[in-house]
Amino acid sequence: MPAELETVERVRRIDVDQYRYGFETIIESEKAPKGLSEDTVRFISEKKNEPAWMLEWRLEAFRRWQTMQEPTWARVDYPKIDYQDLYYYAAPKKKPELASLDEVDPEILKTYEKLGIPLREQEILAGVVRPEGERRVAVDAVFDSVSVATTFQKELKQAGVIFMPISEAIREHPDLVKKYLGSVVPTSDNFFATLNSAVFSDGSFVYVPPGVRCPMELSTYFRINERNTGQFERTLIIADKGAYVSYLEGCTAPQRDENQLHAAVVELVAHDDAEIKYSTVQNWYPGNSEGKGGVYNFVTKRGDCRGRNSKISWTQVETGSAITWKYPSCILRGDNSRGEFYSIAISNGYQQVDSGTKMIHLGKNTTSRIISKGIAAGKSQNTYRGLVSAHRKALGARNFTACDSLLIGDKCGAHTVPYVEAKNASALFEHEATTSKISEDVLFYCVQRGLSQEEAVGLVVNGFVKDVLQQLPMEFAVEAQKLISISLEGSVG
Amino acid sequence: MSALLEVKNLQVRVEDREILHGLSLTVNKGEVHAIMGPNGSGKSTLSHVIAGKPGYEVTGGEILFKGEDLLEMSPDERAAKGVFLAFQYPVEIPGVATMTFLRTALNAQRKARGETELSTPDFLKKVREVAASLNIPQDMLRRGVNVGFSGGEKKRNEVLQMALFQPSLCILDEMDSGLDIDALRIAADGVNALRSSDRAMVVITHYQRLLNYIVPDYVHVMSKGRVVKSGGKELALELEESGYAQFEEQAA
Repeated sequence: MPAELETVERVRRIDVDQYRYGFETIIESEKAPKGLSEDTVRFISEKKNEPAWMLEWRLEAFRRWQTMQEPTWARVDYPKIDYQDLYYYAAPKKKPELASLDEVDPEILKTYEKLGIPLREQEILAGVVRPEGERRVAVDAVFDSVSVATTFQKELKQAGVIFMPISEAIREHPDLVKKYLGSVVPTSDNFFATLNSAVFSDGSFVYVPPGVRCPMELSTYFRINERNTGQFERTLIIADKGAYVSYLEGCTAPQRDENQLHAAVVELVAHDDAEIKYSTVQNWYPGNSEGKGGVYNFVTKRGDCRGRNSKISWTQVETGSAITWKYPSCILRGDNSRGEFYSIAISNGYQQVDSGTKMIHLGKNTTSRIISKGIAAGKSQNTYRGLVSAHRKALGARNFTACDSLLIGDKCGAHTVPYVEAKNASALFEHEATTSKISEDVLFYCVQRGLSQEEAVGLVVNGFVKDVLQQLPMEFAVEAQKLISISLEGSVG
Repeated sequence: MSALLEVKNLQVRVEDREILHGLSLTVNKGEVHAIMGPNGSGKSTLSHVIAGKPGYEVTGGEILFKGEDLLEMSPDERAAKGVFLAFQYPVEIPGVATMTFLRTALNAQRKARGETELSTPDFLKKVREVAASLNIPQDMLRRGVNVGFSGGEKKRNEVLQMALFQPSLCILDEMDSGLDIDALRIAADGVNALRSSDRAMVVITHYQRLLNYIVPDYVHVMSKGRVVKSGGKELALELEESGYAQFEEQAA
């Protein structure tokens, strides 16, 4: 069955207001007291059994955060967040130190099963149902503030790859963490990143040693379950000289009337000749059809092409969240390094998206490429905000940017805010932008050929985002395609 | 035996203006009807209303297709029932490969009719056969639907879809517009190959020229939202001589 048809099949089974990941898991959980203070920071650090240097690092961030103002420059509008009215730590009551998957609370495993995430590596390893040639994916699952399970640890260890919850890495590989944590996104970087530095509870840590090509895709699934709980995960990925790693993250949350806060930080470091490919399918709860509820997503993601000939590629499919504030960026420090940003940002209902990238060219002959596809439907607002800059020493810097926006209906908005700064004459930057509407004529052409209205929209949109979808790893591309059509459910007719 | 298409006293409005004022037309299986008339006579409106394009309000009359009330059906249901409109200006759909579009559409129609979907090898075989007969290179099928196609290629793509879907009623809206003689001949040959006793065609055109290639059984002249004269194929030649002016007065 062609993917488009399958997509629409799925859409049909879903009500307009139905977010398919909107269930809640009832498990006992342990929370820090509500509100944020030095005590909260100490509580989290203690829960994680952290060494003293880590606590100091957090406290310094917290003190700095208290002096900072929430940024207001993005084109998003939301009621003021009361940071004292949130829980900053929630963990499933069971001990997080688990010897095997069998010790994970079965309720949590059920949740991940519902989400379609293959945590049970033994079943996958048994290979009974695995189709020929399908690649395996190692998964780290983060439930509220705690990583509950990481699969394929043994096999990765053989290859020398470290893939574990960052809370464990702090204890087991303190030298690596000390060296790299905060080296790309410093604790002072911005309001949300600083908050994250103070209270982050878990996330994934990846280290790929020199010359190693990571034998499988690495993946993390994030799930916010608890009410009134912020999720602050921290991801740190290091590709040493000549290493390669492809990493995927997926995010979902239950359907709730109140807003949930998510402020993550992701840091990538690529040394000489290394390559990191980072893909995201973000599907946090977007709120209902009246704009009530949904996740506030304030994320700082940055990659540092530290070595010569290094490469970092971001691919994102953003369909969820009530508010998205997210600019995965590349610092092109090493000569001949390359940064890429491929993005599909879809907004429907009352969603507000302000997303884009920064390509900072510092090294010689650095190149970057930005392909952004924004799709706005319903009453949503969708903004692309991007910066391309060339330092005066970045001789021969090259950038190509293409920003395309597609509007569905006449109550939504698409905005493009590109900043371009070239401080040397040899830089060559190209920028293309288009805005279009799905026209009645195109839809009628499709339905005249037998497609339903929804199939027609799905087909046109999938055509519009094709260049970006091709950048996703296969198993994610199919999922993303389905997600796109589901997100646009109810946008026509 | 009932007619394939029966349009009875059809009245259609666009916004506040009545475009068709009681139009009637009967088309039987196996017949080719030409509808001629000047700009603004309502030819394209008729084709759009039959295919179900939004924006038209039917204020009176009815359309029966295979004895069923066509106006009750959504446009995709009409397509599955066998109504095909070859567009005057086929649209471009960037990023959607022609091949993907053809398969999605064909399978949607088959599914609506309760038939099984065509397997990939069967589908490819079928498309290649039809494409070859229309001089459509494989490369064109891999490109986005109509993206960067010449006028002739776009029209050939319409005929390709007609051949693939095998509809029982083909409406060709101004098929000759924007085509040079060679392109017209290829497209018309494709259409003629699809003439059969099971299928009817309604050919809408300004000019008699097209009817040299697709020879109709009946010719209807439209003026100001009505059929003002019907006859055999010789009526088209007569029009070529005398023009539409005589009918304009008659209709008014």
